[in-house]
Amino acid sequence: MRNKTSRSARRSGRRGPLASIVLIALGLAATGGAYVAFSSVSATASIDLSSPAVIDEGSKLFAANCATCHGMQAQGTANGPSLIGVGSAAVDFQVGTGRMPMQAQGPQALKKPVQFTAEQTSALAAYVSSLAPGPSIPTQTQLENGNVSNGGELFRINCAMCHNVAGAGGALTEGKFAPVLKGVAAVHVYEAMLTGPQNMPVFNDLNLTPDEKKDIIAYLAYNEANPSPGGLELGSLGPVSEGLFLWIFGLGSIVALTVWITAKSN
Amino acid sequence: MSTVATNQQTGFVGKASNYLDERTSISGAVKEFGRKIFPDHWSFLLGEVALYSFVIILLSGSFLTFFFQASMDVVTYTGSYVPLKGIEMSAAMSSTLDISFDLRGGLLMRQIHHWAALLFVAAIGLHMLRVFFTGAFRKPRELNWSIGFVLFVLAMAEGFTGYSLPDDLLSGNGLRIIDGMVNAVPVVGTWITFLLFGGEFPGSDIVGRLYTLHILLLPAILLIFIVLHLMFVIIHKHTQYPGPGKTENNVVGFPILPVYAAKAGGFFFIVFGVVALMASLVTINPIWVYGPYDPSPVSAGTQPDWYIGFADGALRLIPPHLETVWLGYVWSWNILIPILILLVFLAAVFAYPFIEAWVTGDKREHHLLDRPRNAPARTAIGAAGVTFYAVLWAAASSDIIATHFKVTMEGVINTLQILLILGPIIAFAVTKRVCLALQKKDRTMALHGFETGRIVRMPGGEYIEVHQQLDEYDRWKLVSFNDNAPLMLRPNPKGKITGGMRARARLSRWFFEDRIAPVTPTEHALELEQSHH
Ligand code: HEC
Ligand code: HEC
Repeated sequence: MRNKTSRSARRSGRRGPLASIVLIALGLAATGGAYVAFSSVSATASIDLSSPAVIDEGSKLFAANCATCHGMQAQGTANGPSLIGVGSAAVDFQVGTGRMPMQAQGPQALKKPVQFTAEQTSALAAYVSSLAPGPSIPTQTQLENGNVSNGGELFRINCAMCHNVAGAGGALTEGKFAPVLKGVAAVHVYEAMLTGPQNMPVFNDLNLTPDEKKDIIAYLAYNEANPSPGGLELGSLGPVSEGLFLWIFGLGSIVALTVWITAKSN
Repeated sequence: MSTVATNQQTGFVGKASNYLDERTSISGAVKEFGRKIFPDHWSFLLGEVALYSFVIILLSGSFLTFFFQASMDVVTYTGSYVPLKGIEMSAAMSSTLDISFDLRGGLLMRQIHHWAALLFVAAIGLHMLRVFFTGAFRKPRELNWSIGFVLFVLAMAEGFTGYSLPDDLLSGNGLRIIDGMVNAVPVVGTWITFLLFGGEFPGSDIVGRLYTLHILLLPAILLIFIVLHLMFVIIHKHTQYPGPGKTENNVVGFPILPVYAAKAGGFFFIVFGVVALMASLVTINPIWVYGPYDPSPVSAGTQPDWYIGFADGALRLIPPHLETVWLGYVWSWNILIPILILLVFLAAVFAYPFIEAWVTGDKREHHLLDRPRNAPARTAIGAAGVTFYAVLWAAASSDIIATHFKVTMEGVINTLQILLILGPIIAFAVTKRVCLALQKKDRTMALHGFETGRIVRMPGGEYIEVHQQLDEYDRWKLVSFNDNAPLMLRPNPKGKITGGMRARARLSRWFFEDRIAPVTPTEHALELEQSHH
């Protein structure tokens, strides 16, 4: 008896193979949709940055987290520069990459784990941009469909001297450095060019037009998506890492083999 | 007549070799060569590694010449690497990209060629160190050291010209530095660069000219010198490490034919295998990332291949602003001094065997190698030289050291500047002390034998540890070395002491005043005598 019921239960209760496919498709569509929605939130800030409620929220967050260094009205103090006119792009970059709130004085404010949610970051950006106009966060369309080869050329001319042709980073003076550009969100690349954080120069729209910025972003994305056709990249550091590899692994293994060969005969 | 009759061979091989021999008398040479003995020690294979890398370079390089275009004509890239599509570049760059992306096996060949080139110079370097530290350069081999030195310089030149051929951003910046260095030469510098580049840098001639050097002139000279180098190895016979049965008049090892040749053949494939493995797994010189040369951009972390690194490092370590205006010219000491230092360093490497021979006054032939500890002054000089070179080399990557060890670039440069001067001095002192200490240990071992760990209580209550004498073979290694003493300052036949003689005596004293004499048989006998009482 039990056998029979369980079998019929299985027959009636379980879904058919087609149903699971539909379910998977639905699930994929839902997560994909959510992902698209989510990523466009961070990029285009679907939150209305001019709404008083958001600005108000941002002002509270600012007073609690930033005012000690940047002043209650963001007018600046001995510990941090004025933020009047830096625009929402600067805040989105600095907070969105975890540089702000700054933790320790050093040659350079370092990247840290991000401390605010996307909404909170937008609220902070809304508050700072409400104080005075400034460069604003780019929209999703400003980041897409660039020309890779033009971007490559622009990158080599404008960025490679600090960031290295492969975006592997480079040293500046007094312990400052241009960071590695792998794993940086497109929107942050755009904002970095627009606002020129710390020792990076500003690339305004006359230096690099919005289309050219788009091209650079496309180039960086291409490089990240396509690993070297030649094999391991050794950190993309060029001849230094190649030389080290040769001496340690190349010559190292050959010397080991010579020892082995001559040991055999003895 | 009768020899021919007895030499009648049957079978194809026999007949063919007979045919050849009757017309070339080659069998004598083969027999002579084949009977040469080669001793077996891993460090004797380093030169072979260099030779085999050269063969690999020759083979892969020939392949590359079929497809490379040594021209700086401007073309628009239309190959399959997306990020460079539609970009203008020289035909040299474009054809190198085609080799990398549109030619079957092309990228592998490029990478084999480049890895083998790095290995070539590295193996030469290590081989030179082996020869130096074992004193293998002593009479009669001083000339072969010079030839080897020329090979080392030629290898660097080959590497540098090759590195410059693709006309990518990295190599273009390398050439830019060469251009700057030549320009710094007073009076004639500018003229020379115009001659070299066919006009203002970068001009449109340099790749073609470097190509001629790279595939014709330099390899031809290299080949001649390699042949000379090997001929001398055969003529002089190989050196060997001291040991029982090994004397200045024999060579203990395997004959070239068949044992050594078979081993060497196998070893070639091992080296080829390692190079091929590296080339298939690890990117080298990704010119597609660097893009075509253009005089305006420079990448962070722009370095030459490792063997030019010491020159780059010298330029980085020289303090800035060392310039004077004199006679209407700018004298760029910040470039001239590094060039001078490098030339002096290389000259010292070249001349060392002759200097040492003069200082020691040693005119004997040496076929037995020194253990490094038994020539403390030489070993210490070598250590100082290696330190000097290593600091310059490290300086070439000062920026990468700074970012990767999270220190400031200025800190790295200043530290290395100090190390460049102090490092060799410290290395010299420490190495010499270590050598002397090791010699002392050897001496005790030879005299008293080794500690057995067996403690014996004497009737008087005293405890002693029993020492066990070494056997003849082991002792031989510890006592058979040259004992060089400082030269005596004696008047020459004319009864005069010249300044040169004085300098020589002083240098000789500096070389040999700290020394540990080897144990002599009488000394050993005496010691045995005493310990029995
Ligand atoms: C410990 C002090 C400190 C705190 C806290 C701090 N900042 Fe900063 N901030 C600095 C300093 C110093 C700089 C200048 C150096 C730099 O650009 O990194 C700076 C720079 C900035 C800039 C870039 C200004 C420009 O000209 O582009 C922005 C935007 C910014 N901070 C936003 C914030 C926000 C938002 C917070 C709060 C979440 C915050 N900071 C918290 C010290 C601080
Ligand atoms: C003068 C040197 C310099 C140049 C030129 C330069 N940068 Fe930067 N860049 C920097 C420095 C320094 C930082 C680190 C700033 C900081 O930490 O706030 C930086 C940061 C960045 C970041 C943020 C990276 C991260 O990890 O969050 C991006 C993206 C970036 N740069 C892109 C570019 C692009 C694209 C160009 C060319 C258009 C460029 N930079 C040109 C020096 C430079």
